[in-house]
Amino acid sequence: MSSDAMAIHQGTDVGSRPWVETLHGWVTTVDHKRLGILYILYALLFLAVAGSEAMIIRIQLMYPHNSFVSPQVFNRIFTMHGTTMVFFVGIPVLFGLANYLVPLMIGARDMAFPRLNAFSFWLTALGGFLLYFSFLGGSGLYGAGNAPDVGWWAYAPLTSRAFSPGHSSDYWTISLLVAGFGSIGTAVNIIATILCMRCPGMKLSRLPLLAWLNLVVSGMVLIAITPLSAAQIMLCVDRYLGGHFFDTQAGGSATLWMHFFWIFGHPEVYILILPAFAVLSEVIPVFSRKPMFGYPVMVGATIAIGFISMSVWAHHMFSMGMSSYGNAFFVLTTMAIAVPTGIKIFNWLGTMWGGRIIFKTPMLFCIGFLFNFLIAGLTGIMLGSAAFNWQLTGSYFVVAHFHYTLSGSFLFGIFAAFYYWYPKIIGRMLSERLGKLHFWLFFIGFHLCFDLMHIPGLLGMARRIYTYEPGRGWDTLNLLVSIGAFIQGIATLIFVANLIISYFKGTKAGNDPWDAWTLEWSVSSPPPAYNFAVTPTVASRRPLWDLKHPEDPDSRYE
Amino acid sequence: MSAITTPFPETPATWKLPYRGKVGMACLIIAESAIFTIFVVAYLYYAGKSLTGPAPREVLETPIFFTVCLLSSSLTIHLASKLLERGRRGAFLALWFLTIVLGALFMYGTAREWHRLIYEHGLTISTNLFGTTYYSLVGLHATHVTVGLLMLTIVLLFGLAGRVVREQSARIDVLSMYWHFVDAVWVVVFTVVYVLGR
Amino acid sequence: MHSMTHKTDWGVVVGRATGILVLVAGILLAAGLCTASQRSDNPVPNIFDPRSTPAESIRDHSYFVLAITSLIFLVVVTLLVYAVVKFRDKPLTAGREPAQVYGSTQIELAWTIIPVLIVFVLFLATARVIHAIEDARKPATAVEVTAIGHQFWWEYRYPALGVVTANELHVPVSDPAHPTPTFLKLLSADTDHSFWVPQLAGKTDLIPNRVNHTWIDPHQTGVYVGQCAQYCGTQHGKMLLRVSVDSPEEFAAWVQAQKQPANHDDKANAGRRVFETTACINCHAVGGTNGTGRFGPDLTHLMSRNTIAAGAALNTDENLRLWIQNPDAIKPGSLMPAMKLSDADLDALVRYLETLR
Repeated sequence: MSSDAMAIHQGTDVGSRPWVETLHGWVTTVDHKRLGILYILYALLFLAVAGSEAMIIRIQLMYPHNSFVSPQVFNRIFTMHGTTMVFFVGIPVLFGLANYLVPLMIGARDMAFPRLNAFSFWLTALGGFLLYFSFLGGSGLYGAGNAPDVGWWAYAPLTSRAFSPGHSSDYWTISLLVAGFGSIGTAVNIIATILCMRCPGMKLSRLPLLAWLNLVVSGMVLIAITPLSAAQIMLCVDRYLGGHFFDTQAGGSATLWMHFFWIFGHPEVYILILPAFAVLSEVIPVFSRKPMFGYPVMVGATIAIGFISMSVWAHHMFSMGMSSYGNAFFVLTTMAIAVPTGIKIFNWLGTMWGGRIIFKTPMLFCIGFLFNFLIAGLTGIMLGSAAFNWQLTGSYFVVAHFHYTLSGSFLFGIFAAFYYWYPKIIGRMLSERLGKLHFWLFFIGFHLCFDLMHIPGLLGMARRIYTYEPGRGWDTLNLLVSIGAFIQGIATLIFVANLIISYFKGTKAGNDPWDAWTLEWSVSSPPPAYNFAVTPTVASRRPLWDLKHPEDPDSRYE
Repeated sequence: MSAITTPFPETPATWKLPYRGKVGMACLIIAESAIFTIFVVAYLYYAGKSLTGPAPREVLETPIFFTVCLLSSSLTIHLASKLLERGRRGAFLALWFLTIVLGALFMYGTAREWHRLIYEHGLTISTNLFGTTYYSLVGLHATHVTVGLLMLTIVLLFGLAGRVVREQSARIDVLSMYWHFVDAVWVVVFTVVYVLGR
Repeated sequence: MHSMTHKTDWGVVVGRATGILVLVAGILLAAGLCTASQRSDNPVPNIFDPRSTPAESIRDHSYFVLAITSLIFLVVVTLLVYAVVKFRDKPLTAGREPAQVYGSTQIELAWTIIPVLIVFVLFLATARVIHAIEDARKPATAVEVTAIGHQFWWEYRYPALGVVTANELHVPVSDPAHPTPTFLKLLSADTDHSFWVPQLAGKTDLIPNRVNHTWIDPHQTGVYVGQCAQYCGTQHGKMLLRVSVDSPEEFAAWVQAQKQPANHDDKANAGRRVFETTACINCHAVGGTNGTGRFGPDLTHLMSRNTIAAGAALNTDENLRLWIQNPDAIKPGSLMPAMKLSDADLDALVRYLETLR
């Protein structure tokens, strides 16, 4: 590397390199670890942005007939909140973790296609900036339009030229199209890496569960994001070339967009949650001091979830008037996916059972995840039951449900990942005190906010409304929900403070602070640029356990 | 400072994993197939539902000759890549060139058909549902053919400059996988548009 | 690894308790609200307080689903709490690795088969209710209504009765002995909407270029509220629903009144002239005038309605005035334009509209 040569020339103190060189190094990097960090920082930035948008929503809804923001602004804010959280927080953070960890966990030097890796990241980054440029550029020639305000599903024909003048819907469409291609690139990379770059001895049956889950996620990305890309191309044809894909006046179908969107949309939420499952499958065994209970079943359940999730999409459309047979079919598939998902919860419990549970912050978030995800799954069963769904969908009940799966499960999993792998990535431990404060504050705020949020839904409060009528039983509940949201915001700030303070003041981590068993803990923290000086050879699922317990290696039992 | 070796009974004699180029291209093909599937679904869903304008059976002419061109180009590219594996660079270049010619002929055929449809029958992408779905589906395929032709031409230029050698036949194989995919998609598009949808 | 102190153990228990307490509090709150008011104007659209067969079927079915999910919740949470308490790291066991158990085929089978059975039972139960509601046959005594969703108001047509109205739906109460349900055909003039009056039925969407159906047979008279439940644009939030379930006599009287031609009061001629010579007639219709617009609500019997702007404001003199002059003050982003009338014209117009009983 030219910058290394320069450092040697000037002196060996890397810290005295000019900042322009450091920046250049980061911008042109193809190293999976740096790209992983870039993805994660990008996601954190947009978490702050989308979280602020959530606060705006909750302030507006604190009181009936509040006028904190106009309905036009409110509609843009909730659209941007949803779109940002799914595409520019959820996906980047999961790809960031995968990028950083997968090569390390399989004993590889880097990802299969490092330049594609960088290209995919920058495509995703461009998508996010393009989406937010809409606040400035959305008005187009007619002075109409701003940020998109069509909801994150962008249902047709609301997105047609007639109902969405200006360019706001185009920013939604094109920024996600671009980001989608970035996601496909990373998915291709992850699959090729896992299939082609494993170190000797690492058969697929010895692959760490995080790698398995990312393999399945990447497969799902290939066939789930692409339907959305296709639908978005069709929308562009409608809006720019006068096409009629979703033009109901010309015989087009609004429900066709719904089908295409949810064929993407439902697997998408499994794409988001499976990496959280991956984190749990790595953290829970280490903090229960036992191997993952039922590894083959966990792999099988993951693959089953991957397949079944492609068949449940119309449970988002139970109210759009499908026949009773159509509705019944999707009830069956939706209920069916509860089986492998439940199996996973039981297996995590089985891992903890008989173990020696250590309540460090990563484990606290995992236990919180189990509690929250159980409830999320059960409200999901309620929503999957089409008749019950006819009352619950389109209301705050479903908003509460999916925030339980996203804020309460996905985010808890990501927090656990941060506390677990920050020492590996940065080389310093995160503060346990701040971590526990973050956990409890967030847990309390989360439950205050989202437990209560179910109730206005049961009392008839529709979603995506910028204000509501007083006297329907929703007033106090909305106020309390907003307070809960605020508490979560404070907890998140504490988390960010922890990240920053520990960067400078955290205790040095060493290679293996958690006494863990997968390959990433065998290298220094942070790992050297080349990952492994000598490519490891493994004989079991827990190579470091075998090393630490040569009298009782896993390879004897697998 | 991170060497890990574990004591275990057998050392794998060979540790052979698939070629990442092929895996990557296979993944891309899967993703692209999903996109094409959605366009095909839209085409079939809207078949017969246009409110106005020309119908398929009124205006479509089955492009048999140009289809034969495209499908034969799969054969020529397959032969070309086999020849390169055996080091027959001259023959490889000839067949590679023939592949490009056949692909270009197919594009010419598409262009000719579209010209006829637009100027003689007044069918554009905004005319009716048939127009929208037809031009989108065939156009998406044609775009993929164009990208393929571009990549094939780049390889041809490298080949003429003497830089394509037997050691690169794996990469040539990856590219020909893409070309076979493009041809396979045409089989589907042809069936849907000219056989089923009429 | 560091050994744990007692403080954190209690922390976990406290945290558990807090979470469960909040949940229980929420449930109690909901239960309290479930004992709905007995007033005839039902202000709280509680799905657990249904007054019509489809909503009642859904409620009964939901109790079944809730029972099963509550049971699952109790079992799993008990196991989780037990595991967290029983198997926590104690000073005695610190430093020793527990038995490394890799799995158990019997246990895996058990916790696969039992969920499969539960899934099967839930599916059958749900399929039955879906069929009962969606495939219900329309009796000859049904009242037929065509509901057309607009941005941001509801159009109601009773084709058999020759009635056209907007925003406030009137239906007869249905006596279980001689049912007179109301069957609605759902259409849309622009974007997607959804008809949701929780106490009467589950929601069904109104989708352009598609015909959907729903039905209600309310057992109790009164006014029931709801709102549009599918995001349809800027004023989705104030596209409110108001259904008046009338006794058979009240309903007949209402139909009769709606079928009358527009009230012609000579004292309001000035206002009628304003209506007929400005852009009002582009969007609105009043029987007997040259106003035949269908973009906005039919105003022939405007004063028979309690609210205007799809429930966004009460139907009073001031609100009518404000709505015509500056609709953004009531419903910003609605498609009603500010009419920019002179004060005199506005007064006359409002006085005219107030004669349209």
